[in-house]
Amino acid sequence: MSHKWEAGGMKNPLARARGLGSAHHGVGNWIRLRVTAVANVILSVWFIWFVKSSIGLDHAEFTGMLANPLNAIAMILLVISVFYHATLGCREIVEDYFHVEWMKISKLVGIYLFFLAAGIACIFSVLKIAL
Amino acid sequence: MSENMQRPLSPHLQVYKPQLTSVTSILHRATGYGLSVGLAFFTWWLVAAASGPEAYQTFTSFCGSLLGIGLLFGWSLAFYYHLANGIRHLIWDSGFLFKIKNAYAAGYFVLFFTVVMTALTWVCIMSSY
Repeated sequence: MSHKWEAGGMKNPLARARGLGSAHHGVGNWIRLRVTAVANVILSVWFIWFVKSSIGLDHAEFTGMLANPLNAIAMILLVISVFYHATLGCREIVEDYFHVEWMKISKLVGIYLFFLAAGIACIFSVLKIAL
Repeated sequence: MSENMQRPLSPHLQVYKPQLTSVTSILHRATGYGLSVGLAFFTWWLVAAASGPEAYQTFTSFCGSLLGIGLLFGWSLAFYYHLANGIRHLIWDSGFLFKIKNAYAAGYFVLFFTVVMTALTWVCIMSSY
């Protein structure tokens, strides 16, 4: 299926082919989703323990626990891995179920901006508490 | 035309009998989506902790409210399901568990794990109060 924007002369033929056909990039996001999944499994074990330990703590006790370097590092790694995994997963869902081009693109842009902004907010918060 | 009629039809939701394998598959997406929405809540948690005692207090009292407990219960269920079924998918990606019998056994184990871990988690939470 060809789109209007493919017919135009904005791209040279090589750039068009790279965007459309096999340029050995197709499997990249599939692998990234799996790599982050493996990281998420490992970090989940820590996360279950961390949430369990944080139940009932007041603000000073909670930030004290998160300020521990090992916990702060684990939390930052978890945020990066989980938010990246969520971005790729939501992207897959949108690409599978939304076939109207402008609707698909606007949902994808929304997903990228939301997870990027929320992820950076999380990392900033952990750094502010830990440093 | 008659040739086309012989072709197998792709599954249509209204006439498709749900099986354990197809239900666990769509649940993986549904829970993944639900957990992605939960990341907004997760962000609130960390930002509140960084903002100070008052903001953190607002967050924890919301967690203790009926709506908060309901949401957290749903996310804990989705978390354990997506975790266990995600491992099942990773095993499939490595080329194992493809026999129907094994795929079903792993599917039942995922459901069992989800229920037991969610129950354990909430017993643990209740007993700490």
